[in-house]
Amino acid sequence: MLVWQILIDGFAISALYALGATGFTLIFGVSGVLNLSHGAIMVASAVAAWAIAGSLHAGAYASALGGMAVGVVLAFATYFIAVRPIQRSRRIAEAEKEIFILTTTLLWGIILQEAVAYFFTSNAKTVLPIVEGVVRVLGVRTPSNEFFTALICWVAIGLLWLLVNKTRHGKEVLAASMNPRGVTLLGIELSRIHIAVWLVYGVLASLAGVLLGMFLGVSSYSVGPLTASAFSIVVLGGLGSVSGSLVAAYVVGYLETLTAYLISPAYRTIPALLLLVVVMYLRPQGLFGRR
Amino acid sequence: MSKELPGLFTVSALACAALFAAPQASAAGAPIKIGVIAEAQAVAGSSIGPAAQLAADEINAKGGIDGRKVEIVVYDDHSSAAEAVRAFQRAVTEDKVNAVIASYVSEVVLALEPWAARLKTVMITPGAASDVITQNIAKDYERNKYTFHGYLTSSALAGLVCDAAKDLLVGPYKMKSAVIVSEDAAWTTPLDAAYEKCLPAVGLKVLDHIRFSPDTTDFTPIFSKVEGLKPDVMITGISHVGTQPTVQWKSQQVPIPMFGISSQATNSNFWKDTNGATDGVLFNAVSGPGVAVTPRTLPFVEAYQKRYGNQPAYSGYTAYDEVYMIAEAVQRAGSTDSDKLVSAMEKTDHIGTIGHIAFLPKGDPHVHGLKTGAGFITGLMLQWQDGKQLNMWPKPLANGTMKFPAFIKLSAR
Repeated sequence: MLVWQILIDGFAISALYALGATGFTLIFGVSGVLNLSHGAIMVASAVAAWAIAGSLHAGAYASALGGMAVGVVLAFATYFIAVRPIQRSRRIAEAEKEIFILTTTLLWGIILQEAVAYFFTSNAKTVLPIVEGVVRVLGVRTPSNEFFTALICWVAIGLLWLLVNKTRHGKEVLAASMNPRGVTLLGIELSRIHIAVWLVYGVLASLAGVLLGMFLGVSSYSVGPLTASAFSIVVLGGLGSVSGSLVAAYVVGYLETLTAYLISPAYRTIPALLLLVVVMYLRPQGLFGRR
Repeated sequence: MSKELPGLFTVSALACAALFAAPQASAAGAPIKIGVIAEAQAVAGSSIGPAAQLAADEINAKGGIDGRKVEIVVYDDHSSAAEAVRAFQRAVTEDKVNAVIASYVSEVVLALEPWAARLKTVMITPGAASDVITQNIAKDYERNKYTFHGYLTSSALAGLVCDAAKDLLVGPYKMKSAVIVSEDAAWTTPLDAAYEKCLPAVGLKVLDHIRFSPDTTDFTPIFSKVEGLKPDVMITGISHVGTQPTVQWKSQQVPIPMFGISSQATNSNFWKDTNGATDGVLFNAVSGPGVAVTPRTLPFVEAYQKRYGNQPAYSGYTAYDEVYMIAEAVQRAGSTDSDKLVSAMEKTDHIGTIGHIAFLPKGDPHVHGLKTGAGFITGLMLQWQDGKQLNMWPKPLANGTMKFPAFIKLSAR
């Protein structure tokens, strides 16, 4: 009974982690940007969905889509305000740009977090669930929403895979992540690819945020832990490796769930962080890293 | 990490502060300044400043206290003890306030208590609950006498919850067992200790006692553990968390009722925050909408609603009363001198929004805490039903009957 419960709960939470981390790793793979405002974009999308439902009396679908729209806008804002000006700057040395982008995205994330707290309080918000009720699976009473969350996450990840591997634009993105200079020599505009990637990232991150808001709820305090968990999943899986991130998401998700059930919910995140430290020692490029 | 953002009132109040620089002056015309240090970004703390301002405006509209206006200076502490201490220092040394109303967070008030002593400034909390606040005063009265506890102590709260549980759960539903579920915080340590003592006394066997981190986001493992113990009821002690456990309780259809302290549930927005998941949750409060605890309760709620568009959280009621208590104490003392103000505050005999308010005298282990029981503060037990907070207990003030959502399985229905 407990075994099934851990398997089911762990699967749902891991799927959510996987979705959140996929966008994060995609951005890094293509443009080398570690976006530390990731958690803030997720939270802002969920809070926006909550606010749209509350103030405009929108239904569950409309508010979820509205929240995602806000998330996509914020992802673009992140790119145009915090990332692109630095990438294009002539006054910042090329070698220092990465650390500058880390700093600006971190600050941008804090700005978003404080804005959410200021306008909507720091108390937790939950997004209207699209699916309500519970189902009994293997003797475990599970909210239908949990299966819905896992399903949507995997559909989104599957669509991303098709996009990247089967369409021309997707292949350009893949090529850009392997050899940006080669792509430009083929006459493809790199900045256009960057914008496309940020769009995809915005959709994935805001979808993950809205689903998390439906599943567990979010508050402005979730910003830091969400960025940290995406960061550690991506580092664990290997920076830039999407399949590595998926595996790492499941490792982290199940490790956390096991800890929460078998030891104490208070120590939930600790074993996963310890594992990260160990992996850093033994295999610094991450489980599936190429570089 | 976060910078201090001045609250709405702070800006105007600071401007006024520049005009009235005379400290401690009882000269006619100089305003009585009350600092309000609160958590503007937390549901339970966000009513404190607005409610205090409302009380001050009412007093001023009637001509003030002996011709002196009451002025509120608001500081946002972002739920941080360090920021609250800085705000307290600024309030006393720069803004020259005469008294301070501070916070719903016990950790914050415990951090401010030594500063009230050092800076010899009367401080009263509208919402913190830890018993340690009054225990500190009892331990060293001369030093800590500047602190007043304007809300119920945790052990008093536990006592009220147990009394209500006896009348509402043990009597009609023949409930026999309970699991205590509370967040790990300063205020719940004495609360849980008192629960463990008083629940068996009213006929509820305590099967287990689960304390969880206030950072918890996924409550599934906690609810699954509670359910495995098969209790008749969960007795709660939550304040920093609220939305997430409530929403997950509903979405996971945990078949055990929640009963106890849930501070966020006292706020009228809680229904909206939880998308209605709070339906059926029972929670202790000192006042409730539509419940005329005293003749002052409903006019306050109405005025608050009219001015701010929502209803106050529990700490709003107490903050409103406390402005009146301080103003009356200044009037009795005929001065804003802190020591004279302390003796005048000790003589408080005020009919407030939450009941008849008087402080426990020197010598009591909870000196400067509120007197509770018949004739003083009795508390209520409210339940969320269809978007409304209805009162279930005590009987004479009840305006509804208990109803649970369909997923709750009551042991003896």
